[in-house]
Order: sequence, then structure tokens, then C-alpha cells
Amino acid sequence: MADLTSDFVGIKSPNPFWLASAPPTDKEYNVRRAFEAGWGGVVWKTLGLDPHVVNVNGPRYGAIYGADRRLLGLNNIELITDRPLQTNLDEIKVVKRDYPDRAMIVSLMVPCEEEPWKFILPLVEDTGADGVELNFGCPHGMSERGMGSAVGQVPEYIEMVTRWVKANTRMPVIVKLTPNITDIRKPAEAAMKGGADAVSLINTINSITSVDLDLFAPEPTIDGKGAHGGYCGPAVKPIALNMVAEIARDPSLGQIPISGIGGITTWRDAAEFMALGAGNVQVCTAAMTYGFKIVQEMISGLSDYMDSKGLTSVDQIVGRAVRNVTDWQHLNLNYVAKAKIDQDLCISCGRCFAACEDTSHQAIAMSEDRTFTVIDEECVACNLCVNVCPVEDCITMEAMAPGLVDPRTGKVVEPDYANWTTHPNNPAAKAAE
Amino acid sequence: MSSDAFTPGILPARLEAEAYVDHFSDLHPRLDAHEALVAADRCYFCHDAPCITACPTDIDIPLFIRQIATGTPDAAAKTILSQNIMGGMCARVCPTEQLCEEACVRELAEGKPVLIGQLQRYATDHLQEQGIHPFSRAAATGKTVAVVGAGPAGLSCAHRLAMLGHDVVVYDARPKAGGLNEYGIATYKTVEGFAQAEVDWLLQIGGIRIEFGKALGREETLESLRAGHDAVFLGMGLGGVNALEAEGSDKEGVLDAVDFIANLRQADDLAQVPVGRDVVVIGGGMTAIDAAVHAKLLGALNVTLVYRRGRDRMNASVFEQDLATSKGVRIVTHAVPRAAIGNGAVREIEFDYVDEAMAPTGQTLRLAADQVFRAIGQSLVGEGLPALEGRKIKVDDAGRTSLQGVWAGGDCAAGGDDLTVTAVAEGRDAAMDIHEALTGAAA
Repeated sequence: MADLTSDFVGIKSPNPFWLASAPPTDKEYNVRRAFEAGWGGVVWKTLGLDPHVVNVNGPRYGAIYGADRRLLGLNNIELITDRPLQTNLDEIKVVKRDYPDRAMIVSLMVPCEEEPWKFILPLVEDTGADGVELNFGCPHGMSERGMGSAVGQVPEYIEMVTRWVKANTRMPVIVKLTPNITDIRKPAEAAMKGGADAVSLINTINSITSVDLDLFAPEPTIDGKGAHGGYCGPAVKPIALNMVAEIARDPSLGQIPISGIGGITTWRDAAEFMALGAGNVQVCTAAMTYGFKIVQEMISGLSDYMDSKGLTSVDQIVGRAVRNVTDWQHLNLNYVAKAKIDQDLCISCGRCFAACEDTSHQAIAMSEDRTFTVIDEECVACNLCVNVCPVEDCITMEAMAPGLVDPRTGKVVEPDYANWTTHPNNPAAKAAE
Repeated sequence: MSSDAFTPGILPARLEAEAYVDHFSDLHPRLDAHEALVAADRCYFCHDAPCITACPTDIDIPLFIRQIATGTPDAAAKTILSQNIMGGMCARVCPTEQLCEEACVRELAEGKPVLIGQLQRYATDHLQEQGIHPFSRAAATGKTVAVVGAGPAGLSCAHRLAMLGHDVVVYDARPKAGGLNEYGIATYKTVEGFAQAEVDWLLQIGGIRIEFGKALGREETLESLRAGHDAVFLGMGLGGVNALEAEGSDKEGVLDAVDFIANLRQADDLAQVPVGRDVVVIGGGMTAIDAAVHAKLLGALNVTLVYRRGRDRMNASVFEQDLATSKGVRIVTHAVPRAAIGNGAVREIEFDYVDEAMAPTGQTLRLAADQVFRAIGQSLVGEGLPALEGRKIKVDDAGRTSLQGVWAGGDCAAGGDDLTVTAVAEGRDAAMDIHEALTGAAA
């Protein structure tokens, strides 16, 4: 069992798995169950000023499914906590008292003025909470009232509010970012300038999950109408990973600590976020889909992985893949690969053939007896066959050794690295000469 | 167990009344909507899918499964039925484990094919139970075609011809249509009168008239059919049963398995179907298995299926063999009947054990038997038929016989497996060729 203890901006937890601010952390009952199940920490569902908000009395969620109704994406139109402020504060206090070793972060969203922040921060401090997270991400409902993503989409507001918060509390401040922007680095930079101790991302993505084709209304449908919601779950993981990496690899952001969020479902997802720079991770949809027990798999999986790699601390994973995230123009154009089909594993479904023949480079041959083979003369190593193959590791991309001749181009595979910036087809490269 | 189970002789009502309901219920209860979605999700939508190639009627299986998966089972049914008008029955009786499901790449991948047969039934039942017939007739051609036999081959041919605008008269020797679907398929594979329901549904196309009680060579002759119609399709199946070359095979209690099954299928009350205490079935095909299983389900105490070669040579699939043994049928191989013994009625039957070359080994086997079923194959009967190939009617790829204007398909025609699905394919393909011959146009 590897040591999974985590120290994120001074907030300690027995493992790096926190529950994100969301329905699973809305109240004492749920959070106690989460801690009993083994979660390292929670970000308590966002508190606001009284009178508390109300939620719709119809469906709050919509879903996207994969095969066998596996939930791949979830969209919600739930708002921040719909319970009185004092009720939440009281519950936070007793839970933190009973679970002192767990991280207790409180998510906050109040109007964009300093006074409300001055009002609420001491109340939170009084609970004994370990830190606050500023909800600048909620993309529905609250944003219509000038909060949530309405703040998160304007870097100047982020910086301003963060500065107020830092000025009015001794607690570590995490700024939660909305992905509903063009360049995630701008809000991250604003948070940093405002003095944030960390950023967390991503919040949910503006979305309509589906349309009821009988009612001709978006889902979830409330009395015949629908509003966009926030999208999360496994489907958003790639978007979140990229945004985390964009911040992590930008030197101007000074390696600001990142709490990774977005579709994390397994230990592997968590490790990937951490490798791209997240100091810890927050989970919501996976817990909402399968219950709190999934953390046990995340703990055992990450522990086994670390043991197998000889890692003794989760910090040794954090950021390890960042240096390998680059821009397209720096990719090695002298690297040549070819698809290879393992005939022993192949089940002859022919999906690689259909994909390549219909939509790509006609680089897979199909024989009378349904043997599928790669035509190296045509293969550009696009990877589509690998992606559509239902059998893991049946099709692989094999690098060609330098010195061999690429049958597609007739050119010798060069041993040296060369990228677009120096490529003869690049007008900019020529201009520079 | 009822005490009647031990009474020797051929008796009805060996079981308690409720046991019949239990024993003769649906072998594979139909998938419900959720099960169908789960099963459909497993299909990989293969390119040029091997399951299609393996299907004698070339149903576009990945397409119909995708249609089920996307919530349009009626579209799935139309995909199935446009290739195989008896897709409902085939979903129930096809040896899928030797056809589409054997070819399924998931059989190769994990030994568990997509449940193609059950998905097909889900789709076809969904459509047919609404009474929807999704096909309509083309403009009348003024041509009439005689079809001999209202079994799978004949009805498939008739439906396609009717669809193409021809008028069809079907002649069948029996009082009901369906052929083996009605008289030969195991009870537990076509429960609740499905065979007749399917025929009724199929006839909704219109333009098909069935003349019952009209057998070729009895009420009708091939000459008169040819004279009275623009074309003739022969799909009368195999009316004869191969004889048992064993001493004493004329004894009371030695019966044809096909008659036993036909009686059982037509029985209003299964408890009134008599069965022996010690039943021996001779043969290795589907009919033998069905007879043996039925005998067991009717309450026979001991049922032994005896086949002259090894189990690997049996025509019945491994699935069917396993079904029989799971019901308590004992399978004996490498034994040929020598003599039925008994004073008037059969009491025992003696077998010679044989080696792979069918030479007697000198060892014998004697089984108690108050009922013996012959299931060693059926044969074509009739005179004045087109030229034969072996013991069946010779046909070309389009089903044409040696006689001008006469086509044939199904079990009575040479080539192809004696399967419902093969009969449907041959009937359909002959109809397409008849249409071309009558109108000069490919459909």
C-alpha cells in the first residue's frame, strides 16, 4: 500500500480524492457517508446568501449513454445549495469536528461586491473548514444573476473578487474556473494575480443533452421547456485534461496549484489528471452514478500503480507528463509509424477496414477469408483503426526504425528530430531563412 | 412424479396436468425491451458481416440490430422480413449456433455471440403482434402461379410472387397451412399457435389462395397445374419416411417420429397424447431429437436415442443434443437396430454395436421398448416429377427444374440444408426467377 496522503496548498487529506462541490456534498448526511466510504475530502456544495435559492421541481439532470446505458455524460440545472446558510454552516462544523483528518473545503458564491464576501468568510472560518473554493463556474441560473460563470468569464472580475477574498480570510483560496471561455489561461492568470492559492477546473460545460422528439423540447424538460445545463461526466474528461495541461505548462502561470476536475471516474483518470499537473482531484459524476464506494477502487488502483512504479508519494506523479505536452509545431515530423494488426487477436469484425476504406486512406486490405492486413504503402498511421477496433491491443502503431524506407513516401526514415518550424513546406520557415 | 410414470405400455396422461404447461412452455422466452437493448448493444456492426454471409436468407443482421438498439424495432422487422418473410419462425427454429451466431465475431472473441436469433424474434414479434404487414402488392401482372406445398418454401415463394403482382394458388395436402412449421417443429419452439399466426400474417399481402386437401399425384397432377398456370413451384417437402431395415419393425408400437410429432402438434390436449414408458428413438437428426425430447416431456420414464455413428456425425446440432440430454434423454451411439422383439407389440429392441466403418463389433445392446420411433430420414414421394438428382428434384441456382415452367425448392429439391431458413431462401429466389421468366424483367 503506497502512501496516498495529500497536501494541497497546505490542506491535508488521507488521499488525493475529494468530492467536488455538487449534490453529493450538499449536506451532513451525504458527507458523513462519503467520509465513511473513504473520501479524502469534500468541497461542500456552494453556499450563498439567504434567502437561499430554490430549485426547479422537475427533472434537474439529463444524460448521455454509451452501450448498455453506461452513463457517459450528465447535465444538470441544479443551483447552489437550496438550504439556509446557517443550516449548512452548522453541519459543516460538526462534520469537520468528527472527521478532523479529512479536507473540508467550502464552496462559495455571493454577489460581486466586497460586502457579501466580508460577511460570509468569517462565518465559514468559524466552522473550522480548511479552505474555500470560489464558484466562478456554475453556468446556469446563477450566471443569469451575475454570479458563477458570469464572473468566471470575465478575468477582471475573477481577479477583483479573489483579491477581496484573500483580504478577508486566512483560509487557502481555490478559484474554480469555468470551461465556457476561449482560453482557460486567462481566468487562471486572473486568479493568480488576485492571489489565489490554487485553481480548480473544470466546472461544467454549457450543454443541451438531448431533445424530446415528441415534445420538441430540450431535456431535461420542465413543463415543456428546457434550459441549458452544465455538462460533466466521463465525456468531458478530454476537455478538462487539456485545460489542466494548458495551465500547468504555461510558465507565466507560475505553477499555480491545480485541483483537477472533469469526468474522473477511475484511479487511472485521477492519475492522468495528476500527471498533467493536478495536485489532487475532485470527483462528482462517478459518485453520483455508482455511489461513494468507488473511492475504494480509486485508492487501491492508485496505490497499486504507485507501488508498481516505485513511487512513494502522490507528489511524484503530479506534473510528470507536463513536459511532454507541446504544440503541434514541435512534434517530430521524422517519426514514422505504421499500423500493425495482430492476426492472433483479430476477430475479423472488419471495422478497421470500413473505417479506413470509407473514411480514411484505403490502407487496410481485406482478403476473401476476412484476413485484414495493413498496406504500408498507404498507411499514414492516423490511428483510426486502433481507435475503432473492439479488441484492445489487436492493432498497434509501430514506429519505423531510422534507416528504413517508408513504403508510402519512398523516403528513408531519418534518425533526427525535425519539426514544422524548419519544414520546407512551411512558408514561415522559408521566410525566416 | 405420477405413479402412471411406471405403468408399462403406451399411455396418455402420464403427468400431472400442470406439468404439461411447464414442460411445453417457450424454450427461449422472448426478450423484453430492456433485454433486447442490452443484447443489441453487443453488436459490433461488422463490415460485410460474417453473420450475414452465414444466413441462408442474407438478412442484414447488423443493420436490424442497430435499428433495435436505436429504438426502431419495427424498422428492424422490416429489414428481416424483406429478406425472409418467415423471419419470425426462423428466429425460433434456426440452428443459429451453426449459422449466424457461430459466425458472430463475438463468438470468436469471447465465446458468447450476440443473441441474433432472439433479437430477430424480438423485432418480428414486435411488428407482427401489431398486425402490421409492411409489404404491398405491385400492379397486377395477370399471371398466375401454382405453388405445391404451403410450407416454408411454398409460402415464401407465394408471398414474393404476390408482392410482385402475380396471383398465386397454393395446393397443400393437409387441412392447415405451414407445412413442417405447423406439423413438424418442436412444440416448445413455437408456442401459442405461432405457426398459424405467422401464416395468417403472411397472407395479408393478398393474392394468395390456398387449396387445402389437394395433394400432387392425388387430387392434382403436375400436367394439370402446368396447363392451368403460367408457372409451377414445387415445394411439397418430403412426404415419405425411410423404412427401418430391422427384423420385426412392423410390430405394434414401432412408429414414424414425424407422425408422433405431427399428432402432438395438432393435439388440443397434450395429456391425451399417449407415450410409452420405455421409448427408443432411432436416428440422429432433428426429428429424432424432437421425438425423443417430446417423449420425455410427455412423461416417458426412459428415453434412449440410438444413432449408428458418433455424436459428431449427428445432423442434430450440439445445442440440440445437449437440450435432449438435459431433458433426460440418453444418447447411445454406434449402434444399429437388428430386431424389434415382442409378441405382437414391441417389448424390446436389439442393436448391434458397430465400428466407424459400420461393421458389427459382435457386441449387442438390448433395450426395453414399448414405443420405438423411426427417425432415419424422409424421402420424396411422387410420380411424373422433374428429373431427380440423387433422391430429390434436380434444380439449378434459380430453382429451375428439368421441366419448362416448373421450379422447385425446399426439402424436396436437391442441394442446401433441410432447414426452414433454407427453404424460405429457395422459395424466395425461385419467385424472383419466375417473375423474371414471366415478365422479362428483373425485380
